[in-house]
Amino acid sequence: MSALLKRRFVDQIKVMFGAEPSKPKEISPAAQQIHFYKKGNRDLIAENLHARAHAGHSNKWRNRRWATLIFANLLFTLSFFLDIQILEGALTASRFVGFHLIDLNSALQVMLAHKHIINNLLIGTGTVLVLWVLLGGRTFCSWVCPYHLLAEWAEKIHLYLAKKKLVTDQTMDRRLRTVFWAIFALLALATGYTVYEAISPTGILSRALIYGPGLALLWVLALLFFEVFFSRRAWCRYACPIGLTYGVVGIVSPVRIIYKLDACFHEGDCRKVCLVPHVLDTVIKGRAVEKEVPIGPDCTRCGLCVDTCPTGSLSFEVKGLSKLA
Amino acid sequence: MSDLDHDRSTDDALDVAPAEPTPRPSTPAGKPAVSIAKRQTNRRRVLRTILLTGGVLGAALSGFLPLVYAQKKRLRPPGALDEKDFLGSCIKCGQCVQVCPVSAIKLADLIDGVGVGTPYIDPRQQACDFSCDAVQCILACPTGSLTYHKPDFLPVRPGAALAAKPILIAKEKDAEPTLNLHERIGVARLTRPEACLAIQGKGFKGLTRGADFRGKLRYMSVDRWKPVKVSSHPYDVAECDLCVRECPVKGAISIETVFAPDGSKRKSPVIHEPCVGCGVCEMVCPVEPGCITVEAGEVWKI
Ligand code: SF4
Ligand code: SF4
Ligand code: SF4
Ligand code: SF4
Ligand code: SF4
Repeated sequence: MSALLKRRFVDQIKVMFGAEPSKPKEISPAAQQIHFYKKGNRDLIAENLHARAHAGHSNKWRNRRWATLIFANLLFTLSFFLDIQILEGALTASRFVGFHLIDLNSALQVMLAHKHIINNLLIGTGTVLVLWVLLGGRTFCSWVCPYHLLAEWAEKIHLYLAKKKLVTDQTMDRRLRTVFWAIFALLALATGYTVYEAISPTGILSRALIYGPGLALLWVLALLFFEVFFSRRAWCRYACPIGLTYGVVGIVSPVRIIYKLDACFHEGDCRKVCLVPHVLDTVIKGRAVEKEVPIGPDCTRCGLCVDTCPTGSLSFEVKGLSKLA
Repeated sequence: MSDLDHDRSTDDALDVAPAEPTPRPSTPAGKPAVSIAKRQTNRRRVLRTILLTGGVLGAALSGFLPLVYAQKKRLRPPGALDEKDFLGSCIKCGQCVQVCPVSAIKLADLIDGVGVGTPYIDPRQQACDFSCDAVQCILACPTGSLTYHKPDFLPVRPGAALAAKPILIAKEKDAEPTLNLHERIGVARLTRPEACLAIQGKGFKGLTRGADFRGKLRYMSVDRWKPVKVSSHPYDVAECDLCVRECPVKGAISIETVFAPDGSKRKSPVIHEPCVGCGVCEMVCPVEPGCITVEAGEVWKI
């Protein structure tokens, strides 16, 4: 990793905790050259326009993701319903053919509240930690979390209404999520009670899917309502501590989205579909510090940007493996 | 071309957007010129942020209501830690729910007032009858909320500890007849003695709890392994002793001769120290409402 990319990496981590993305102070000569080359290059613009006009919009990654998300949650439901014992429990803690799996944030809440850790809890947390370090932390969000799917649909409604000028998107301070994370950790520690778990839409939905619906779903409905009419993807962007926990895990994860400056047309299609557009600030004209820049850890690896990009400038990458290929 | 222009302009807007809402940290000296309109937008954003914070925290604090009121004490599954430790340690996964052969364990909803997602048993609807033979729910729990042995730093309340491991009547002839259970989850009480059929010297004939009752129970005489519906098991007893007859734990309850206030002799169910609080007696009692109930978290007092 070049020194520039390292600096960029640190910036990306700060952005995850809520800092606003800023213009890089230094850009590598190679990248600078491309930035310069693109300026006013009519041929290139024409070429990109052409590419854009002919790029059929793909839903490849979205379909794969939805299939995975639905399958994972269905497996929980079916395991219990048909008593096939493949995946027992709920998203907060489960057993996959006997292996303990425990959601990192729930485990953290329990450890802080109860101040005691038993072996199974440790084993389950360890397994999940390794799993999500390998798969890329926030991959959990877009590939497993049931709230994500509902929120994605709510987002579609929101965008439709926004286009009709019936609602506007009210943004909030992204540092709020970090604050919430700390508040919930402190509350658990101070009260000895897992406060967050009572309102976690991820947990509520997961339990509703497996053990049957309950009144707690009203809270999830309220969140979705808020997202449709007031603020796009508000819960995941400004509140959910689970997302941040997995984001931190994702810092060291080898699975990520990589951005290639060469073909990028800086139209920002990717940033329009992204749940966490602050991670894509690299694609803004003049911001890429190198010819290839990995997208930061807050990225949920949903692949919407990959599907959307007409020039193929964004793609999935496994650190180290692409060099082998 | 208009398409391109449009997109480029939005991109440009996006380009400057991140720098707008908060003053650039790189220019601490000298405030950047911010228009009144922009400052207002900023103020509204701060307000919204505060409102969202309030809303989420408000909702989160509602999670405390069960702790504050704690009026509705609920029976927790076998091996449960004391209420406060239980609420702190349960990860709300429902693995205990999944292993129970009689589906005695339910997860609490918002209005149950015992902590959203935490498991409890409503014994009148479905008691734990130890059909699993080995307190499976404890085995399934990943956090130690249900546990065979409490960790050292958690004290055992006087009277909560069982004098001896309970003997499971269903396993009495096995090499290992006991249940690996050291603490009771509650104690049965004859709460409405005046209604008790035994005390009135009455018998019982028919289906206890009626034909529509969904509860299940393991009847050793029917099937050693499979619990069946209580509504499929008619009774015909000259003197009611259903609670004693179906209690799965040896020596927990018996019908004894007692003296009424007027000195006359009567039969009455009497609860003894081995009672673990499983709730079968509460479930099978034919009187409506039941005249025997399990007091959750209650301890043995002589
Ligand atoms: S941020 Fe939270 S609610 Fe949103 S997808 Fe991730 S885990 Fe689910
Ligand atoms: S950067 Fe791409 S993959 Fe990552 S969250 Fe945004 S749209 Fe999804
Ligand atoms: S001990 Fe009782 S509640 Fe627990 S699994 Fe067995 S029958 Fe169900
Ligand atoms: S198995 Fe344990 S942690 Fe999971 S719901 Fe039951 S008591 Fe709670
Ligand atoms: S089952 Fe009910 S009515 Fe019958 S003896 Fe027991 S407590 Fe009394």
